[in-house]
Amino acid sequence: MSEPTSNPMQEAIHTAIAENPVILFMKGTPDAPACGFSARTVSVLQSLDRPFAAVDILPDPRIREELSALSGWPTIPQLFVDGELIGGCDIVMEMYQSGELHSALGLDAGTGESPADPDADSAPPLSIENRL
Amino acid sequence: MSATPEELKSRIEAGISGAQAEVTGDGHHFQAIVRAPGFAGLTRIAQHKMVYDVFGTEVGDRIHALSIKTTATENS
Repeated sequence: MSEPTSNPMQEAIHTAIAENPVILFMKGTPDAPACGFSARTVSVLQSLDRPFAAVDILPDPRIREELSALSGWPTIPQLFVDGELIGGCDIVMEMYQSGELHSALGLDAGTGESPADPDADSAPPLSIENRL
Repeated sequence: MSATPEELKSRIEAGISGAQAEVTGDGHHFQAIVRAPGFAGLTRIAQHKMVYDVFGTEVGDRIHALSIKTTATENS
């Protein structure tokens, strides 16, 4: 709130979380995950056919530092939906198996509304490096 | 320097009131099943954070990965 100096990395992460309804901070990329936990989380999201933004935290150690400071969560991956931390691999798996992940992602049947056509809305994965 | 499942178990049980933990692992990757009355009414995120908080910055560093499953138990 009253940070004396502006921190571009922190701001970039903040903006990325605010602008992307579903965003995954991971090691590697969805096509080439660099860690088993990130790989499992990606495959769950992909199986739900829900487009998501992905940020590779590996190119710059500050991404992880600032992300964990912001979220209070020490490990990677971290999934955010509508600006809120959902969890890491364990929680995403548990929620997937219980069906809660579908609701969290707005995929539950019965809302009567499909806000976005997945094909029309498949934004390319975000690379945070491009924002700095 | 390498962490052991026994160490993690006793630290979780010491750090979270009334907790019972089962921990397995190879010195780098660990799985913890934690049951505690204090988890009641908390979100999964908050429950897992309580476990991570026991280890602070060691998670991701000395403890390379800690996989967590939490259950709230009855407060007796």
